[in-house]
Amino acid sequence: LRYDPADPKNADRDRFILSKGHGAPGLYSVLAEAGYFPVEDLMTLRKLGSPLEGHPNMCRLAGVEASTGSLGQGFSIGIGHALAGRIDGKDYRVYVMVGDGESEEGQLWEAVMYAGNHGLDNLTLIIDHNGFQQTDAVDHIQPLDPLDEKLRAFKFETRTIDGHSLDEVADALTWARSVKGKPQAIVARTVKGKGVSLLEASPGDWHGKPIPPDEEAKALEEIGV
Amino acid sequence: MSFGITRIELTEGPATREAFGEALAELGADERIVVVDGDVNNSTYTNQFKKSYPDRFFNVGIAESNAVGVAAGLAGAGKIAVVASFSTFLMSNAFDQIRMSIAFPNQNVKLVGTHAGISIGEDGPSQMAIEDVALACAFPGMTVIVPADGPSTRAATKAMIERDGPTFLRCGRPKVPVIYDDASEFHLGKANTVREGDDVTIIANGIMVAMALDAAEGLAEEGVQARVLDMHTVKPVDADAIERAANETRGIVVAEEHLAYGGLGATVAMVVAERKPTRMAFVDLGDTYATSGKPDELLAQYGLTPDAILDAARRVLKD
Repeated sequence: LRYDPADPKNADRDRFILSKGHGAPGLYSVLAEAGYFPVEDLMTLRKLGSPLEGHPNMCRLAGVEASTGSLGQGFSIGIGHALAGRIDGKDYRVYVMVGDGESEEGQLWEAVMYAGNHGLDNLTLIIDHNGFQQTDAVDHIQPLDPLDEKLRAFKFETRTIDGHSLDEVADALTWARSVKGKPQAIVARTVKGKGVSLLEASPGDWHGKPIPPDEEAKALEEIGV
Repeated sequence: MSFGITRIELTEGPATREAFGEALAELGADERIVVVDGDVNNSTYTNQFKKSYPDRFFNVGIAESNAVGVAAGLAGAGKIAVVASFSTFLMSNAFDQIRMSIAFPNQNVKLVGTHAGISIGEDGPSQMAIEDVALACAFPGMTVIVPADGPSTRAATKAMIERDGPTFLRCGRPKVPVIYDDASEFHLGKANTVREGDDVTIIANGIMVAMALDAAEGLAEEGVQARVLDMHTVKPVDADAIERAANETRGIVVAEEHLAYGGLGATVAMVVAERKPTRMAFVDLGDTYATSGKPDELLAQYGLTPDAILDAARRVLKD
């Protein structure tokens, strides 16, 4: 990504929009590592006065491209940025991450239809396909597969990857930049709570819940922190 | 007169939606302006902008939620984004998108709702925006404008584009009498006194301003001098003009083409209650959906007429 924490609104920056706003802690960790704010500030998450709100707020935190948390809206915003880049002759790219449960929202498909029909090749949709939503498995509520075939029908180029493999993620992003004339979708298969045995044992039971204090040390050890 | 008002033109003038479309096309030389359409550009008159600036015009199809989100993204990339659709489809269908993608992040998007009120006529209640002002006023930071005629809609369109921040402009379908001339002053948040008077005040916006002027003529025949305020900006409302009216006249009538709840009447009453309680009466749609019919027939059936304003003023003065 082309970004500059010292000039977060630079007109030529690449954009990353986290449409699944409940993934805010992940976004904040990356922004801190990228230099948008001190890593120590991560501990103010969700506390009064902190810009690290429960869901991302673009008015309070540099690097956040869209205020999200009401699902289904981020890809439309991404289209707006992609269209602006097109009419201004800029070569920046736009990446939008959505959840699989989020993909039940109708607005996403309004947006997918538009992006495909207008060949927005500066726009990449990343679907975090972890298989679970708030109350149950996605497959038990609104099965989405085959997601890649659906998106190809909407005139996207698609690739399905292991979302935990950094090599596959890097390859997919390189591939996305090479696609001309069509938007791209990366279906990233992921496991909720990856790396923590307690969470992986029952991935449907931990949505929005913190790890119990007496399990914290083991969990941190398992992910190498 | 101070605002260049000549007289009520009873010959029909341009529809406010048409004046908006013309003004937008004229402002379109500013390359920051982009327009997002939900496939109603020949009804909202954004087709005039489209004709001159096709590269900056985006018809996303019948998809208001996506239209609002795309506009938010364009604004996020530095554009002045205008979304125009039928007011009920824009404000009701895309309410959450306006809340989350525009109002909360304070994006510079202009929402233009046309075909507002019951005066759209035969198409019937599914197409009539009668809750839209209440919905728009509910958003923190949203400026809400309901202009009365062609010239003031042109001025409102320019002011809306010049303002940095989310703004809602409400336009109507039918032709409406011309009240202002092109030299009239228009400032967001400042009511226009379109008729001086010290006995009673009529506060109106949209098509009800012409009716208020008509009613004021009727009151004059009874020896009553009505002050008429065009409260084109519902939010932020001109509280000082309301306070002066409460102090200097014996009561206030509010007239609007909208439900009783959450519109101009409720807004004015809030100011009156806090600053200077006085007698009030309300001319509006009350708490009901309308039906199909000719615009004039509907306005008469639902009590949005000069006579209804006249009666309300008499009630205020009697107590």
